[in-house]
Amino acid sequence: MDDVVARLDGVSHHYGSRIALKDVSLGLPAGCMVGLIGPDGVGKSTLLALVSGARELQQGSLVVFGGDMARPRYRDRVSPRIAYMPQGLGGNLYHTLTVDENIDFFADLFGLTGPSRAGQIQRLLDATGLMAFRDRPAGKLSGGMKQKLGLCCALIHNPDLLILDEPTTGVDPLSRKRFWDLIETIRAQQPGMSVVVATAYMEEAERFDWLVAMDGGEVLATGSPGALRSRTGTATLDDAFIALLPENRDDRELTGEASVAGFDVGSDSQAVPAIEAKNLTQRFGDFTAVRDVSFSIRKGEIFGFLGSNGCGKTTTMKMLTGLLTPTEGDVALFGAPLNARDLATRSRVGYMSQSFSLYGELTVRQNLNLHARLFHLPKQRIEARIQELVQDFDLADVMDQLAGALPLGVRQRLSLAVAVVHSPELLILDEPTSGVDPGARNRFWTMLQRLSRQDGVTIFISTHFMNEGERCDRISLMHAGEVLACDTPQALIEHCSGDSLEVAFMETLEAVNQEPEKTGDGVVLEATRSQPVSRRFSPRRLWAYGRREARELLRDPIRMAFAFLGSALLMLILGYGITMDVEDLPFAVLDQDQTPQSRDYVTAFSGSRYFVEQTPIASMEALDERMRSGDISLAIIIPPGFGKDLKRGRDTEIGVWVDGAMPFRGETIQGYVQGLHYSYLMELFQRTYGVAPSLSLVDVQDRYRYNQDFRSLDAMVPAVIPILLIFIPAILMALGIVREKELGSITNLYVTPVTRLEFLLGKQLPYIAFSMVSYVSLVVLAILVFEVPLKGGLPTLTLAALLFVTATTGLGQVISAFASTQIAALAATAILTILPTVQFSGMTEPVSSLDGAAALIGQFWPATWFLQISRGVFTKGLSFSDMHRDFLTLAAFLPVLTLLSVTLLRKQGR
Amino acid sequence: MESLGNIWNLGLKELFSLWRDKVLLVFVLVAFTFMVYTAGSAGSMELHNAPIAVVDEDQTVLSGRIINSLQQPWFMAPELVRFDQIDQLLDKGSHTFALVIPADFERDVRQGKPVSVQLDIDATRMTQAFIGAGYIERFITSEVAEFLAPGSSTAELPVNLVSHISFNPNLNGTWFGGVMELITQITMISIILTGAALIREREHGTVEHLMVMPLRPFEIMAAKVWANGIVVMLAATLSVTLVIQEWLAVPVRGSVALFLLGALIHLFSTTAIGVLIGTVARTMPQFGLLLILTILPLQLLSGGITPRESMPQLVQDIMLAAPTTHFVSMAQAILYRGAGLDVVWPQMLALAAIGAVFFGTALMLFRRHLAI
Repeated sequence: MDDVVARLDGVSHHYGSRIALKDVSLGLPAGCMVGLIGPDGVGKSTLLALVSGARELQQGSLVVFGGDMARPRYRDRVSPRIAYMPQGLGGNLYHTLTVDENIDFFADLFGLTGPSRAGQIQRLLDATGLMAFRDRPAGKLSGGMKQKLGLCCALIHNPDLLILDEPTTGVDPLSRKRFWDLIETIRAQQPGMSVVVATAYMEEAERFDWLVAMDGGEVLATGSPGALRSRTGTATLDDAFIALLPENRDDRELTGEASVAGFDVGSDSQAVPAIEAKNLTQRFGDFTAVRDVSFSIRKGEIFGFLGSNGCGKTTTMKMLTGLLTPTEGDVALFGAPLNARDLATRSRVGYMSQSFSLYGELTVRQNLNLHARLFHLPKQRIEARIQELVQDFDLADVMDQLAGALPLGVRQRLSLAVAVVHSPELLILDEPTSGVDPGARNRFWTMLQRLSRQDGVTIFISTHFMNEGERCDRISLMHAGEVLACDTPQALIEHCSGDSLEVAFMETLEAVNQEPEKTGDGVVLEATRSQPVSRRFSPRRLWAYGRREARELLRDPIRMAFAFLGSALLMLILGYGITMDVEDLPFAVLDQDQTPQSRDYVTAFSGSRYFVEQTPIASMEALDERMRSGDISLAIIIPPGFGKDLKRGRDTEIGVWVDGAMPFRGETIQGYVQGLHYSYLMELFQRTYGVAPSLSLVDVQDRYRYNQDFRSLDAMVPAVIPILLIFIPAILMALGIVREKELGSITNLYVTPVTRLEFLLGKQLPYIAFSMVSYVSLVVLAILVFEVPLKGGLPTLTLAALLFVTATTGLGQVISAFASTQIAALAATAILTILPTVQFSGMTEPVSSLDGAAALIGQFWPATWFLQISRGVFTKGLSFSDMHRDFLTLAAFLPVLTLLSVTLLRKQGR
Repeated sequence: MESLGNIWNLGLKELFSLWRDKVLLVFVLVAFTFMVYTAGSAGSMELHNAPIAVVDEDQTVLSGRIINSLQQPWFMAPELVRFDQIDQLLDKGSHTFALVIPADFERDVRQGKPVSVQLDIDATRMTQAFIGAGYIERFITSEVAEFLAPGSSTAELPVNLVSHISFNPNLNGTWFGGVMELITQITMISIILTGAALIREREHGTVEHLMVMPLRPFEIMAAKVWANGIVVMLAATLSVTLVIQEWLAVPVRGSVALFLLGALIHLFSTTAIGVLIGTVARTMPQFGLLLILTILPLQLLSGGITPRESMPQLVQDIMLAAPTTHFVSMAQAILYRGAGLDVVWPQMLALAAIGAVFFGTALMLFRRHLAI
């Protein structure tokens, strides 16, 4: 067992219906460099994630360092011995944080302290040459430096097993070489350390001790690179891999260069170039993505752009397609200046963007069909063209599958088919082959060459594979926004000391290189063993997450401004807008009497502040009509002979029609009408007999408490504060966690010793603090702008607010636990919180008056209780002891919500 | 013609995409069924189950009758308390009203002496406070009159007031809450769906893909508007017929078809707002904040929660630019008052005009956004 660091037995893994690993049994030897080779989507990443503990084991058994990884307790204990660097440039890093802050974060998570911590950080920064960049945000580092920083963070705790998932994909050759040199150095100093690496570059795999070739979720072969080559009888690993593929794979085809007629450079040099770029420059703010790039591509040529990720390839291509307007410089397509609005030019160009620009939720047929229609192929041609493409690109078997479910190689063939559906004269392809296995890449190039040579299509392609560059007619070497060299591959190779494009590129880069060399004495890691890490609740880890989140929040000024100004603005709008005073109601009179007496009666209404008189009603039909249109909410009908009857003391009758469409308003109007009617009668008696009659035997003395003037603001403003303190904190919190899921940094929760509780509380703290600042601004607004008197104590209110925003951010956490995309989290928060808060929390009517589910929801909604307290403090001047029940209820939400989040949040990916 | 074809084809694609996002669809379904039903069955702002406490220092037949008259559905069964408990009850907020019937109340009434009762009201409960006080006053007056001379409570005043309530004779809140919630959901869901569709497209990089095809921004946007509009339309139709008419049994007076036509015009502007927000917001958190910023005023100030007439003139004027204002007044007119096209055409016109403005603005921004 000693020589095996990890052993898999019958391990299978699937995502939904897609199988990632199929019954894999494998032992990874300890103390050496193990390489996983194979194209994207064959299960390499899944395997590494399982070994690191980032993903939950579904089937089979997995033993790492002699213990069962399916047991959470063991996994917790062993996780500090493992370091995992996920796929993607800086996948475990936080891009707005600086180099120092990133490293500090990881050091905190692993509980490093004192001089050993400082020493460790110092040595790592020295070895990677990042010392000079300590204050630079991770997002602004070059790809190679990001990967080195990722490595620093992974190595901070002296792991015994280092797992690297495609650490050099998309990094330029020079940085790649330095990265591997660094790993060699570390391994030489730490001979006991095991390293497991996945890679897509076969040249790199040559350096590894032991290889696992994978395809379709299965292990094809294992052994040293030499063993694999000799077993297959091939000269290169690329070919060895292809030979290892099962017989029935259709792309089993050797890379032997298909003989292709060279491009005749001289023949039509007079002709108009397909693309002509002059001095293209693109700036984003103070960052120059592309600087002074010029080139000219002749018709029918295959022109390659070689460079690392982030060197400006994509930006340049976007300028050529009109997606970006160059800051400086000109582009001419087919001899005419590029006009982004010109639809005719667009139909001569095919573009395949870096992210496979297909609709994954449509089938292959639907995708082809949609694009054929959007390019306006004649209806009768569509079917024939699709058949042609299916033939050419070999898609017949997958016609009715969803594009998103296809293997990468097939998806990329489909992308190309889609890009040429309208037979364009110019094809612009942005890294079409990244992540595709060597066989499929080879087929792809054969297709490109056929398009270029047979159909005369001009092809402009970008790639970071050097061996693809060799198949272009001409290439540009690009680095940091600038073209370093531009010539035929042969010419470039002749100029350099080696015999490959890789060497040529590396030498060109070295000439302009600004990437730092390592400094310091060379010892990277102390030879100490990693220390055991406490699994008990650690305030330090909680604080590490809290501080990190706060920094991120503070560096997003737009989000901050939105949240602060937004809540202040909403407070103003809602505070003034929502009013329970029912006033200025439109009414009209159908006066069939037309005497001074009838007009006198109407004055009682038109003179009050509740009603505004509209033009009189002409007839009963008109009354119906005007009520229906909502033109008036009250109609008064004065019968003929009203004045006469009144004078003679005969009983008479006034009819009123009240609009009941809005029940609350209807009730209020009824109340007003009755009041005005009685006061009219009183006045009438007073004038007629000189005394006021007692119409009622009982005098009901109304004492309106807390808000004597019935000022709507005083009642509404304290209610608006809870509303605003629920939506914004809940949404920000929910997105805060889901974002980590989408960006991949959630992996740090999976593979570091941080517990779920520390993670949740740590992330919650900054949002609570943030919401409390928002609370202060709302209270200031309420007191100063709305002049709502604060009768009770501010500390009482503040304590309640603290409990409340903790509960609302907790609510956001619960939502984020089950939502996996930001859109779903947003929709869920909006749909689930707005209705209960606005309607069931007692803002307009007390919870006790609600029925059914609403009453239940109201009781179990934090806003209900904070609203109670807010009104209590503002308008009633209540103290903590008067409302201890509300406080207790509000406080009871906190453990429940946190417990729910902890239960719902997973400590491992699926 | 070509343009129409593009809009149609892109819209179909939009529908396929939405169909695959099952989580979102579930939320849409919940919003249009459960949420509408809960809001409808919640009872509403009219006097309903108002909590009242009574201090009966008289303990006589008359005081008993008065207490009995305060009953469901207007009041919860009155709770008998001691005088010194009143402050505490009102402070706690457990009761909105506290009525004090003094000792010797019945005796004084019999002797024709002027009597008075004290009614304490929590005025922060603005909706209940005013309406409830009126009810209590009327109940007490008629109980006392009936007590003195049975049958006299209907005695005629010199000028009798005959009140009729149009459209909703019992002032039943169920009729109101459900429909208003439906309007909120139509507005909110259409904005979320359209905005999310745009952001999803941006995340997947397919917006760029569309922009290099011979398509105009107008076509891309129009496709989003019609496709997402139609989904909300479908959900709204279901909600009106099934939830509102069947489950909540709200008698709809006007034509449902006319209401849906109005909803369609309304959707034109809300989906445009969705595109607008989706264009302005760069990230999802920004979209979320903008959404809240938009949706709350649209919902709370439309006239669907509190009467429009009572808002400050400035707010009323500003809210004229909001589609919900017109949609709410149109929906009330059609569904409750049975108004026809002859009555609601101005609102429809306003909705269409607002929609056109929002659509135009969104298109302009969308174009500029894509050009960057």
